[in-house]
Amino acid sequence: MLDADFFRRWMTATAASVDREAERLTALDSPIGDADHGSNLQRGFRAVTATLEKEAPQTPGAVLTLAGRQLISTVGGASGPLYGTLLRRTGKALGDAAEVSEEQFAEALRAGVDAVMTLGGAAPGDKTMIDALVPAVDALRDGGFAAAGTAAEQGALATTPLQARKGRASYLGERSIGHQDPGATSSSLLVAALAEADGE
Amino acid sequence: MSDEKQVGIVLVSHSAEVAASVAELAKGLAGGGTSVPVAPAGGTEGGGLGTSAELIAAAAASVDRGAGVAVLTDLGSAVLTVKALLAEGDELPDHTRLVDAPFVEGAVAAVVTASTGADLAAVEAAAAEAYSYRKV
Repeated sequence: MLDADFFRRWMTATAASVDREAERLTALDSPIGDADHGSNLQRGFRAVTATLEKEAPQTPGAVLTLAGRQLISTVGGASGPLYGTLLRRTGKALGDAAEVSEEQFAEALRAGVDAVMTLGGAAPGDKTMIDALVPAVDALRDGGFAAAGTAAEQGALATTPLQARKGRASYLGERSIGHQDPGATSSSLLVAALAEADGE
Repeated sequence: MSDEKQVGIVLVSHSAEVAASVAELAKGLAGGGTSVPVAPAGGTEGGGLGTSAELIAAAAASVDRGAGVAVLTDLGSAVLTVKALLAEGDELPDHTRLVDAPFVEGAVAAVVTASTGADLAAVEAAAAEAYSYRKV
């Protein structure tokens, strides 16, 4: 079973991973975006860990809802409302339970990913975070956290040959081909942090 | 027309200057001394390019006179942030709507229409109709 501490560790591990990879995320965002993805997410997840420490939410749902709300407030780019919606909707789907099973979490995360698709209008293959998140949710249900991490990473790598159909990168048309999507890459960091949170 | 009942207008842009200038332009074209509450919410809190949920929420609260608030945005994170705030339920005043309209033309149409004392639906319709004005 997964308790509030597990989800707190997930957010802390994500923040640490985003810190380590911030320069790479911003570098990926330079040719096809506006070169702020790493710094935006770094600011957002630092604020998430700070607010989780201060407010100490007691249930898995409350941890993720608070984290999502904080991301919407602090990121400053499109990734704020997108990641914010992902976590908040996942948190709401978990309800008030003190502990949730991996299956319940996988189901809630799918609801979160669906909400992101509705908000941003992106579908798989559009070269967005969805290309990492959808395979991750599928793998999570069947194979657990490690499998989800691998699926997300493969999904992110597979965005390189795609042409962007959403967001600023889509204005570049064919010139967006050949670059790994920064949002899919940061999504793979978020998913990979699940195994880290589980291992502690 | 009653001052208390005018629809409020919030203009959200990635740039503080763009939001403030479009607000000024729209109010100017609505006729000097219009009392329509218009608030820009541009850029990040740090003054950079981007979108701030806090600035949007503060701007919406500042123009709410009880007749509803129409929010116009430029693109990308501005649109997504307003949608995410609306989905939250308690971050924006009651009867706040994201209006699907071109930013500059829609802002002018919205402010002029609001200055007549029109309701939120009429302001929204006028702003959206700005899409149909072809230039060539």
